[in-house]
Amino acid sequence: MKKLQLLLIPLLILAFSTSAIDIHEFETEEQRLDYQQLTEELRCLVCQNQNIADSDAGLAKDLRNEVAKLIKQGQNQIQITDYMVKRYGEFVTYSPPMGADTIVLWVMPLLVFLIAAFVLIRGIKRNSTQANHSEDDS
Amino acid sequence: MNKTVIKALIPLLIFISLVILLYSGLGKDTRLLPSALIDKPIPEFNVPSLLTGKRIDNETLKGQMYLLNVWASWCPNCRIEHPIVTEFVRQNIIPVYGLNYKDEPADANAWLNQFGNPYKDILVDIDGLVGIDFGVYGAPETFLIDAQGIIRHKIVGELNPYNIQNEILPLIKKYK
Repeated sequence: MKKLQLLLIPLLILAFSTSAIDIHEFETEEQRLDYQQLTEELRCLVCQNQNIADSDAGLAKDLRNEVAKLIKQGQNQIQITDYMVKRYGEFVTYSPPMGADTIVLWVMPLLVFLIAAFVLIRGIKRNSTQANHSEDDS
Repeated sequence: MNKTVIKALIPLLIFISLVILLYSGLGKDTRLLPSALIDKPIPEFNVPSLLTGKRIDNETLKGQMYLLNVWASWCPNCRIEHPIVTEFVRQNIIPVYGLNYKDEPADANAWLNQFGNPYKDILVDIDGLVGIDFGVYGAPETFLIDAQGIIRHKIVGELNPYNIQNEILPLIKKYK
Protein backbone atom coordinates (compact mmCIF):
# COMPACT_ATOMS: atom_id res chain seq x y z
CA MET A 1 0.00 0.00 0.00
CA LYS A 2 2.88 2.36 0.84
CA LYS A 3 4.43 1.79 -2.62
CA LEU A 4 1.13 2.74 -4.22
CA GLN A 5 1.02 5.95 -2.21
CA LEU A 6 4.56 6.81 -3.29
CA LEU A 7 3.53 6.34 -6.91
CA LEU A 8 0.87 8.99 -6.38
CA ILE A 9 3.44 11.79 -6.08
CA PRO A 10 4.99 11.57 -9.56
CA LEU A 11 1.55 10.89 -11.02
CA LEU A 12 0.15 14.03 -9.42
CA ILE A 13 3.09 16.04 -10.69
CA LEU A 14 2.49 14.73 -14.20
CA ALA A 15 -1.20 15.46 -13.92
CA PHE A 16 -0.60 19.09 -13.04
CA SER A 17 2.14 19.86 -15.52
CA THR A 18 0.49 21.22 -18.63
CA SER A 19 3.33 23.02 -20.36
CA ALA A 20 4.97 21.26 -23.25
CA ILE A 21 8.57 20.24 -22.60
CA ASP A 22 10.99 22.64 -24.26
CA ILE A 23 14.43 23.57 -23.06
CA HIS A 24 15.13 27.25 -23.59
CA GLU A 25 17.98 28.87 -21.70
CA PHE A 26 17.68 32.59 -21.05
CA GLU A 27 20.31 34.93 -19.72
CA THR A 28 18.11 37.08 -17.52
CA GLU A 29 15.08 36.44 -15.35
CA GLU A 30 13.26 39.16 -17.29
CA GLN A 31 13.75 37.25 -20.52
CA ARG A 32 12.45 34.07 -18.96
CA LEU A 33 9.39 35.95 -17.71
CA ASP A 34 8.83 37.49 -21.14
CA TYR A 35 8.93 34.02 -22.67
CA GLN A 36 6.45 32.67 -20.16
CA GLN A 37 4.01 35.54 -20.58
CA LEU A 38 4.25 35.63 -24.36
CA THR A 39 3.74 31.89 -24.81
CA GLU A 40 0.74 32.05 -22.51
CA GLU A 41 -0.82 34.94 -24.44
CA LEU A 42 -0.26 33.70 -27.97
CA ARG A 43 -2.84 31.34 -29.39
CA CYS A 44 -1.97 28.03 -30.98
CA LEU A 45 -3.58 28.25 -34.40
CA VAL A 46 -3.80 24.49 -34.82
CA CYS A 47 -5.39 23.70 -31.44
CA GLN A 48 -7.19 27.00 -31.24
CA ASN A 49 -8.35 26.67 -27.66
CA GLN A 50 -4.81 26.45 -26.34
CA ASN A 51 -1.99 28.89 -26.00
CA ILE A 52 1.35 27.97 -27.50
CA ALA A 53 2.77 27.24 -24.04
CA ASP A 54 0.44 24.29 -23.55
CA SER A 55 -0.10 23.03 -27.08
CA ASP A 56 1.73 19.97 -28.38
CA ALA A 57 1.16 20.92 -32.03
CA GLY A 58 4.18 21.18 -34.30
CA LEU A 59 3.37 24.78 -35.11
CA ALA A 60 3.19 25.66 -31.41
CA LYS A 61 6.70 24.30 -30.92
CA ASP A 62 7.93 26.31 -33.92
CA LEU A 63 6.33 29.46 -32.55
CA ARG A 64 7.79 28.88 -29.08
CA ASN A 65 11.22 28.58 -30.68
CA GLU A 66 10.58 31.74 -32.66
CA VAL A 67 9.54 33.63 -29.51
CA ALA A 68 12.68 32.44 -27.69
CA LYS A 69 14.84 33.47 -30.65
CA LEU A 70 13.31 36.94 -30.77
CA ILE A 71 13.71 37.40 -27.01
CA LYS A 72 17.38 36.52 -27.27
CA GLN A 73 17.70 39.06 -30.10
CA GLY A 74 16.55 41.67 -27.59
CA GLN A 75 12.96 42.23 -28.66
CA ASN A 76 10.34 43.10 -26.06
CA GLN A 77 6.83 41.70 -25.58
CA ILE A 78 5.15 44.39 -27.67
CA GLN A 79 7.52 43.87 -30.59
CA ILE A 80 7.18 40.10 -30.51
CA THR A 81 3.39 40.26 -30.31
CA ASP A 82 3.40 42.64 -33.29
CA TYR A 83 5.62 40.21 -35.17
CA MET A 84 3.09 37.44 -34.67
CA VAL A 85 0.05 39.60 -35.40
CA LYS A 86 1.66 40.83 -38.62
CA ARG A 87 1.88 37.25 -39.85
CA TYR A 88 -1.18 35.62 -38.34
CA GLY A 89 -3.62 38.43 -37.59
CA GLU A 90 -5.23 39.62 -34.35
CA PHE A 91 -6.65 36.20 -33.61
CA VAL A 92 -3.21 34.93 -32.61
CA THR A 93 -3.19 36.99 -29.43
CA TYR A 94 -5.46 36.19 -26.52
CA SER A 95 -5.74 39.84 -25.56
CA PRO A 96 -6.91 41.77 -28.61
CA PRO A 97 -6.30 45.50 -28.50
CA MET A 98 -9.20 47.91 -28.06
CA GLY A 99 -10.31 48.92 -31.55
CA ALA A 100 -13.41 49.79 -33.52
CA ASP A 101 -14.06 46.13 -34.24
CA THR A 102 -13.26 44.78 -30.79
CA ILE A 103 -14.96 47.50 -28.79
CA VAL A 104 -18.17 45.47 -28.71
CA LEU A 105 -16.23 42.61 -27.17
CA TRP A 106 -14.94 44.77 -24.36
CA VAL A 107 -18.02 46.89 -23.70
CA MET A 108 -20.80 44.29 -24.07
CA PRO A 109 -20.38 42.45 -20.74
CA LEU A 110 -20.39 45.75 -18.84
CA LEU A 111 -23.40 46.95 -20.80
CA VAL A 112 -25.37 43.77 -20.17
CA PHE A 113 -24.52 43.97 -16.47
CA LEU A 114 -25.65 47.59 -16.23
CA ILE A 115 -28.92 46.87 -18.06
CA ALA A 116 -29.59 43.85 -15.86
CA ALA A 117 -28.84 45.84 -12.71
CA PHE A 118 -31.12 48.65 -13.89
CA VAL A 119 -34.02 46.30 -14.61
CA LEU A 120 -33.50 44.49 -11.32
CA ILE A 121 -33.49 47.66 -9.24
CA ARG A 122 -36.59 48.95 -10.97
CA GLY A 123 -38.27 45.61 -10.36
CA ILE A 124 -37.41 45.68 -6.67
CA LYS A 125 -38.60 49.28 -6.34
CA ARG A 126 -41.87 48.49 -8.04
CA ASN A 127 -42.46 45.47 -5.83
CA SER A 128 -41.86 47.51 -2.71
CA THR A 129 -44.25 50.27 -3.87
CA GLN A 130 -46.84 47.63 -4.73
CA ALA A 131 -46.47 46.20 -1.27
CA ASN A 132 -47.08 49.67 0.19
CA HIS A 133 -50.02 50.63 -2.06
CA SER A 134 -52.31 47.95 -3.27
CA GLU A 135 -52.86 49.71 -6.62
CA ASP A 136 -52.33 48.00 -9.88
CA ASP A 137 -50.08 50.23 -12.02
CA SER A 138 -50.48 48.45 -15.39
CA MET B 1 -49.81 51.18 -28.38
CA ASN B 2 -49.80 51.50 -24.64
CA LYS B 3 -46.75 51.05 -22.44
CA THR B 4 -47.55 47.49 -21.40
CA VAL B 5 -47.60 46.20 -24.97
CA ILE B 6 -44.30 47.88 -25.76
CA LYS B 7 -42.70 46.48 -22.62
CA ALA B 8 -43.98 43.02 -23.45
CA LEU B 9 -42.42 43.21 -26.92
CA ILE B 10 -38.92 43.99 -25.68
CA PRO B 11 -37.94 40.40 -24.80
CA LEU B 12 -39.26 39.32 -28.20
CA LEU B 13 -37.20 41.96 -29.99
CA ILE B 14 -34.10 40.98 -28.06
CA PHE B 15 -34.75 37.35 -28.94
CA ILE B 16 -35.19 38.13 -32.63
CA SER B 17 -31.97 40.16 -32.78
CA LEU B 18 -30.13 37.32 -31.06
CA VAL B 19 -31.52 34.85 -33.58
CA ILE B 20 -30.35 37.02 -36.46
CA LEU B 21 -26.93 37.50 -34.91
CA LEU B 22 -26.36 33.83 -34.17
CA TYR B 23 -27.81 32.61 -37.46
CA SER B 24 -25.33 34.73 -39.37
CA GLY B 25 -22.55 32.78 -37.69
CA LEU B 26 -23.89 29.35 -38.60
CA GLY B 27 -22.05 27.37 -41.22
CA LYS B 28 -18.80 29.27 -40.86
CA ASP B 29 -15.76 27.18 -40.08
CA THR B 30 -14.28 29.18 -37.24
CA ARG B 31 -10.92 27.44 -37.51
CA LEU B 32 -10.25 29.13 -40.86
CA LEU B 33 -8.43 32.40 -40.33
CA PRO B 34 -8.29 35.25 -42.84
CA SER B 35 -4.74 35.98 -43.90
CA ALA B 36 -3.11 38.98 -42.31
CA LEU B 37 -0.99 39.44 -45.45
CA ILE B 38 -3.64 40.14 -48.07
CA ASP B 39 -2.50 43.02 -50.32
CA LYS B 40 0.90 42.99 -48.64
CA PRO B 41 4.17 41.93 -50.26
CA ILE B 42 5.47 38.41 -49.80
CA PRO B 43 8.06 38.11 -47.01
CA GLU B 44 11.73 37.91 -47.83
CA PHE B 45 13.16 34.46 -48.14
CA ASN B 46 16.12 32.67 -49.68
CA VAL B 47 15.87 28.90 -49.81
CA PRO B 48 17.09 26.02 -51.95
CA SER B 49 14.96 24.53 -54.68
CA LEU B 50 13.89 20.93 -54.23
CA LEU B 51 14.07 20.38 -57.97
CA THR B 52 17.23 22.19 -59.08
CA GLY B 53 19.28 22.69 -55.92
CA LYS B 54 19.72 26.38 -56.84
CA ARG B 55 18.58 29.16 -54.50
CA ILE B 56 15.18 30.77 -54.86
CA ASP B 57 14.37 34.11 -53.30
CA ASN B 58 11.45 36.52 -53.43
CA GLU B 59 13.08 38.38 -56.34
CA THR B 60 13.28 35.21 -58.43
CA LEU B 61 9.52 34.87 -58.49
CA LYS B 62 8.68 38.45 -59.47
CA GLY B 63 7.39 39.30 -62.92
CA GLN B 64 4.63 36.72 -63.17
CA MET B 65 1.44 35.92 -61.35
CA TYR B 66 1.46 32.49 -59.68
CA LEU B 67 0.02 30.24 -57.02
CA LEU B 68 2.19 29.20 -54.11
CA ASN B 69 0.93 25.87 -52.85
CA VAL B 70 2.00 24.79 -49.37
CA TRP B 71 2.28 21.01 -49.22
CA ALA B 72 4.13 18.16 -47.55
CA SER B 73 4.44 14.40 -47.95
CA TRP B 74 2.95 13.87 -44.47
CA CYS B 75 -0.18 15.86 -45.31
CA PRO B 76 -3.12 13.61 -46.30
CA ASN B 77 -5.26 16.43 -47.70
CA CYS B 78 -2.41 17.43 -49.98
CA ARG B 79 -2.78 14.06 -51.63
CA ILE B 80 -6.49 14.70 -52.08
CA GLU B 81 -5.78 18.11 -53.54
CA HIS B 82 -3.03 16.90 -55.86
CA PRO B 83 -5.19 15.97 -58.89
CA ILE B 84 -6.84 19.40 -58.69
CA VAL B 85 -3.44 21.12 -58.69
CA THR B 86 -2.30 18.94 -61.57
CA GLU B 87 -5.42 19.77 -63.56
CA PHE B 88 -5.03 23.49 -62.86
CA VAL B 89 -1.46 23.40 -64.14
CA ARG B 90 -2.57 21.45 -67.18
CA GLN B 91 -4.89 24.32 -68.10
CA ASN B 92 -1.87 26.63 -68.31
CA ILE B 93 -3.49 29.60 -66.58
CA ILE B 94 -0.66 30.61 -64.26
CA PRO B 95 2.22 28.54 -62.91
CA VAL B 96 2.10 26.86 -59.52
CA TYR B 97 5.12 26.90 -57.23
CA GLY B 98 5.33 24.61 -54.25
CA LEU B 99 6.39 25.36 -50.69
CA ASN B 100 7.50 22.05 -49.23
CA TYR B 101 6.61 22.72 -45.60
CA LYS B 102 8.32 21.00 -42.64
CA ASP B 103 9.18 17.99 -44.75
CA GLU B 104 12.19 15.81 -45.49
CA PRO B 105 13.44 16.40 -49.05
CA ALA B 106 13.83 12.64 -49.50
CA ASP B 107 10.19 12.05 -48.50
CA ALA B 108 9.05 14.95 -50.66
CA ASN B 109 10.85 13.57 -53.71
CA ALA B 110 9.42 10.10 -53.13
CA TRP B 111 5.94 11.64 -52.92
CA LEU B 112 6.44 13.51 -56.19
CA ASN B 113 7.75 10.41 -57.92
CA GLN B 114 4.70 8.52 -56.81
CA PHE B 115 2.01 11.11 -57.53
CA GLY B 116 3.56 13.33 -60.16
CA ASN B 117 5.10 16.80 -60.05
CA PRO B 118 2.91 19.73 -61.21
CA TYR B 119 5.15 22.45 -59.74
CA LYS B 120 7.26 24.84 -61.77
CA ASP B 121 9.66 24.89 -58.85
CA ILE B 122 9.59 23.99 -55.18
CA LEU B 123 10.85 25.94 -52.19
CA VAL B 124 12.38 23.83 -49.45
CA ASP B 125 11.23 24.90 -45.97
CA ILE B 126 12.39 22.13 -43.67
CA ASP B 127 11.95 23.94 -40.36
CA GLY B 128 8.85 25.89 -41.35
CA LEU B 129 10.43 29.33 -40.93
CA VAL B 130 9.35 30.56 -44.36
CA GLY B 131 5.91 29.23 -43.47
CA ILE B 132 5.82 31.32 -40.30
CA ASP B 133 6.67 34.45 -42.32
CA PHE B 134 3.79 33.65 -44.67
CA GLY B 135 1.41 33.03 -41.76
CA VAL B 136 1.08 29.36 -42.64
CA TYR B 137 -0.45 27.25 -39.91
CA GLY B 138 -1.01 23.97 -41.70
CA ALA B 139 -1.05 22.22 -45.01
CA PRO B 140 -2.44 22.46 -47.60
CA GLU B 141 -2.71 26.20 -48.06
CA THR B 142 -2.44 28.19 -51.29
CA PHE B 143 -1.50 31.81 -51.92
CA LEU B 144 -2.32 33.82 -55.04
CA ILE B 145 0.56 36.22 -55.67
CA ASP B 146 0.68 38.83 -58.40
CA ALA B 147 3.55 39.85 -60.66
CA GLN B 148 4.75 42.51 -58.20
CA GLY B 149 4.98 39.97 -55.41
CA ILE B 150 1.82 41.13 -53.60
CA ILE B 151 -0.31 38.47 -51.92
CA ARG B 152 -3.84 38.84 -53.25
CA HIS B 153 -5.60 35.84 -51.73
CA LYS B 154 -5.08 32.86 -49.48
CA ILE B 155 -6.98 29.61 -49.42
CA VAL B 156 -6.74 27.61 -46.21
CA GLY B 157 -7.33 23.94 -46.91
CA GLU B 158 -7.46 22.15 -50.21
CA LEU B 159 -7.89 23.75 -53.59
CA ASN B 160 -11.07 22.46 -55.15
CA PRO B 161 -13.01 23.26 -58.31
CA TYR B 162 -15.36 25.47 -56.27
CA ASN B 163 -12.81 27.81 -54.74
CA ILE B 164 -10.74 27.87 -57.91
CA GLN B 165 -13.79 28.93 -59.90
CA ASN B 166 -15.18 31.42 -57.37
CA GLU B 167 -12.13 32.79 -55.60
CA ILE B 168 -8.98 32.23 -57.64
CA LEU B 169 -10.06 32.81 -61.24
CA PRO B 170 -11.87 36.12 -60.64
CA LEU B 171 -8.85 37.47 -58.77
CA ILE B 172 -6.47 36.31 -61.49
CA LYS B 173 -8.57 38.28 -63.95
CA LYS B 174 -8.60 41.29 -61.66
CA TYR B 175 -4.88 41.52 -60.97
CA LYS B 176 -3.34 40.26 -64.15
